[in-house]
Amino acid sequence: MAEKQFKVIDETGIHARPATLLVQTASRFDSEINLEYKSKKVNLKSIMGVMSLGIGQGAEIKISAEGNDANDALNALEETLKKEGLAE
Amino acid sequence: MTFLHGIAASNGIAIAKAYRLVEPDLSFEKMTIEDAAAEVDRFRNAMKKSKSELGAIRDRAKVDLGADKAAIFEAHLLVLTDPELNGPIEDKIQSEKMNAESALKETADMFIMMFEQMDNDYMKERAADIRDVTKRVLAHLLGVQLVNPSMIAEEVIIVAEDLTPSDTAQLNRQFVKGFTTNIGGRTSHSAIMARSMEIPAVVGTKTATEAINNGDLVVVDGLKGEVHINPTPEQVEQYRKVHEDYEAQKAEWAKLVNEATISADNHHVELAANIGTPKDLKGVIENGGEGVGLYRTEFLYMGRDQLPTEEEQFESYKAVLEGMTGKPVVVRTLDIGGDKELPYLDLPKEMNPFLGFRAIRLCLEEQDIFRTQLRALLRASSYGNLKIMFPMIATLDEFRAAKAILEEEKQKLQTEGQKVADKIELGIMVEIPSTAVLADQFAKEVDFFSIGTNDLIQYTMAADRMNQRVSYLYQPYNPSILRLVKMVIDAAHAEGKWAGMCGEMAGDETAVPILLGLGLDEFSMSATSILRARSLIKNLKKSDMEMLAQKALNMQTTTQVVDAVNSAITRN
Repeated sequence: MAEKQFKVIDETGIHARPATLLVQTASRFDSEINLEYKSKKVNLKSIMGVMSLGIGQGAEIKISAEGNDANDALNALEETLKKEGLAE
Repeated sequence: MTFLHGIAASNGIAIAKAYRLVEPDLSFEKMTIEDAAAEVDRFRNAMKKSKSELGAIRDRAKVDLGADKAAIFEAHLLVLTDPELNGPIEDKIQSEKMNAESALKETADMFIMMFEQMDNDYMKERAADIRDVTKRVLAHLLGVQLVNPSMIAEEVIIVAEDLTPSDTAQLNRQFVKGFTTNIGGRTSHSAIMARSMEIPAVVGTKTATEAINNGDLVVVDGLKGEVHINPTPEQVEQYRKVHEDYEAQKAEWAKLVNEATISADNHHVELAANIGTPKDLKGVIENGGEGVGLYRTEFLYMGRDQLPTEEEQFESYKAVLEGMTGKPVVVRTLDIGGDKELPYLDLPKEMNPFLGFRAIRLCLEEQDIFRTQLRALLRASSYGNLKIMFPMIATLDEFRAAKAILEEEKQKLQTEGQKVADKIELGIMVEIPSTAVLADQFAKEVDFFSIGTNDLIQYTMAADRMNQRVSYLYQPYNPSILRLVKMVIDAAHAEGKWAGMCGEMAGDETAVPILLGLGLDEFSMSATSILRARSLIKNLKKSDMEMLAQKALNMQTTTQVVDAVNSAITRN
């Protein structure tokens, strides 16, 4: 299993547009991918799951992936987060 | 029945096929099914159809509205394919033998509830997205067609119960040739919208949605206030002729586009336009507007899920001021509440919203919202001739409080080194009777008045203008209203100030002669009414109209006033 921590820097947090991008990215991979925030864990391929966390600016989040393309998935998600200026 | 009668809300004649903007019946019953596998198939099939439909809507939105606005549909598509939604639905069908409609509804409701209970307003709004998506799938399960106004691709007449601001925002202006609605009057949103889109409309027909089927050929006669369903080819020909005559008349008026508005005895008045967005400027200029008498800033706040930033507002105000090239632009600060709601502000429902927490009352309380708008306005002020007015002022204290906040923001900006125009006239809307009655005192402190007749009439007559059953009390020519108008104009003039009017009455052919006689300085109306009003005023003598107005003030009923105007005008 691969996992990584991020800190959300976008001032509006992870709202509709960034959540859309993350879910779209995650859905490209076979691995099971989860997003964890405040010890709540959701399926990162589920837009409603991601949005239900209500992640705001400054939040510490953890993304974990398990499966044959877990590392690729994690890298792709990290790239999306950074390219969009969402997290570091 | 082939004829419907309603209220002529926007001039002209439109002939096109009907497009019913009516929600289909999505009711169903909870049932136990036999063949779960077949039911799952039925569900997946509905999902597939919904997905391709939403994909098409998204593609279209990208072209028409840009990628930014299309993003919402991208999110809707993800909701549709969300494994956390689809999984439980299929489970319910398989393990509980529940019909797909119920399984969908129960699962979606759980998510809707979850989002609605979140304490973040933005997240609460997401419940609406899920509802939207669920509705689409449900429609496919039930085999009914949802309305997709954004997908209209041929010329149509929109037929609806009523049109809300979000409905009209979705309409493709290229294809919508006219409106007809069951409810509404000359001042309802649908009517104002039709005039700003310069398309004919007949509202308040009561039965348009019952009488008209999708695809019927419909004539909207916005001159007479009639709707003709499936006319014969000969009748269509006649309508085309009337339409051409009207266009010819308009061409005649168009010659006045660059002329000043001067009465037959050489008195000048200003004819200005009411606008909602910078996009409306085109119409103002094409129709020879001498200024903007009312810029309704609410539209900046509507059809979105958070407040507009100072920067967004600044850009809009600047665009309008620059577009008017030095001509006066009267901007009304936020007038929200009443019939205009902002879901993201989450204001409690009120028993009497028109008498409640709205406009300046809200702005003085929610000062962050107000200050942001004032800063944006002040920053834009150096790009043209800005005048600011506060809506719904009932007392001098309210005006003073609003003015004090404006002064504070002005000083802050100047300290920050921002450029602010030296002279910005500051006025108020006169729409509450208390303010009209005390206008002589207000006139000492304000730079101008703008009489908002739509509300002034409803408050004076104590008649809700959204309520059809009391619509007979909406009487702009009632001598009581005329007296209030006179008090306001006289009070302004006594202090060397000016008085304008920005309600529907200002562009009304029967009211204009009286208003000219009462000494109104500025008439602000739908852009499309300007040239007709200019042509009318050119043929009137102010001195005659003063006598007419004097007579009207001492009459007893609306009917007497209308008769007096009619005979005075034909005599000229």
